[in-house]
Amino acid sequence: MSDSKQKAVVYVRLKEGVLDPQGLTIQKALSQMGYKEIVSVRTGRFFELEINSNGANIDDRINEVCSKLLANPVIENFRVEKV
Amino acid sequence: MKVGVVTFPGSNGDYDSYAAVKHVLGEEVEFLWHKSSDLLGSDLVILPGGFAYGDYLRAGAIARFSPIMESVKRFAKSGGLVIGFCNGFQVLTESGLLPGALVRNSGLRFRSEPVYLKVENTDTPFTNFYDADEVVKFPIAHSEGNYYNFDSDIKELESNGGIVFRYCDKAGNVTKDSNPNGSINNIAGITNRERNIIGMMPHPERAVEKILGSDDGLKLFESVRAFLNSNVSKEAVEKV
Repeated sequence: MSDSKQKAVVYVRLKEGVLDPQGLTIQKALSQMGYKEIVSVRTGRFFELEINSNGANIDDRINEVCSKLLANPVIENFRVEKV
Repeated sequence: MKVGVVTFPGSNGDYDSYAAVKHVLGEEVEFLWHKSSDLLGSDLVILPGGFAYGDYLRAGAIARFSPIMESVKRFAKSGGLVIGFCNGFQVLTESGLLPGALVRNSGLRFRSEPVYLKVENTDTPFTNFYDADEVVKFPIAHSEGNYYNFDSDIKELESNGGIVFRYCDKAGNVTKDSNPNGSINNIAGITNRERNIIGMMPHPERAVEKILGSDDGLKLFESVRAFLNSNVSKEAVEKV
């Protein structure tokens, strides 16, 4: 079992209050298409990580990866889901 | 003075900076390859415009981990002069060498046009040739130039002279209409507390001869040269 693999999904989104021009544009387009009930759209992105899980501290390592590279802590939050 | 211009894969402003220093200013200049960690004894390091590493993930996010950036950080921490133009500014914020972040332009469009800027702080190695509140014209060319930071950091920048350039109209009025990207408080360029690092979205290196539409950018390079020539303490800077 030394090379068992694990998956994690990382969701990165802009913090509350940070302007999301893409989300705004999508919301406007939806409104023009007749979906008036959708009053706000916020975009984000997600990453699927495949991890060799024989190492220790996987959770710490994933958190490190998120705060160092996948998300910019000035403007973004992240959430990790282990699959 | 000796200037080093970093070339990342995807840089496209490296030759502009090189030409401005070599052919217009008449000073020594070398390219610094991103995989090298040798700054070749540069007195000033320029991180140029472009799309380093394709701007994948976020502009500047991958470039900050290149070998040359480790040396640039060491150089900057010891007081060495570092300029980031455009994409270079994005690399500086991602690296933590300057505060804040550059996000998508509020209008979502890539903006490529000349803009007017007000020189807000002339007491820096990069702006000592400018007059206080002087209005200059530099081109911009970016889609992620919208400066964002926490309120507390904006206050800190505002009260400590951290803001060097601000978007304005031709007469020097800082207005909403003259802000091309939605930057907080029309911020176009900032410096750190030690004043040895500057990051700015506009391109003074593309405004160094009248034929380019403006030569207002030349004074930025002349400021650095004058600063280096007069700075007796530059021996303290760690040559990398």
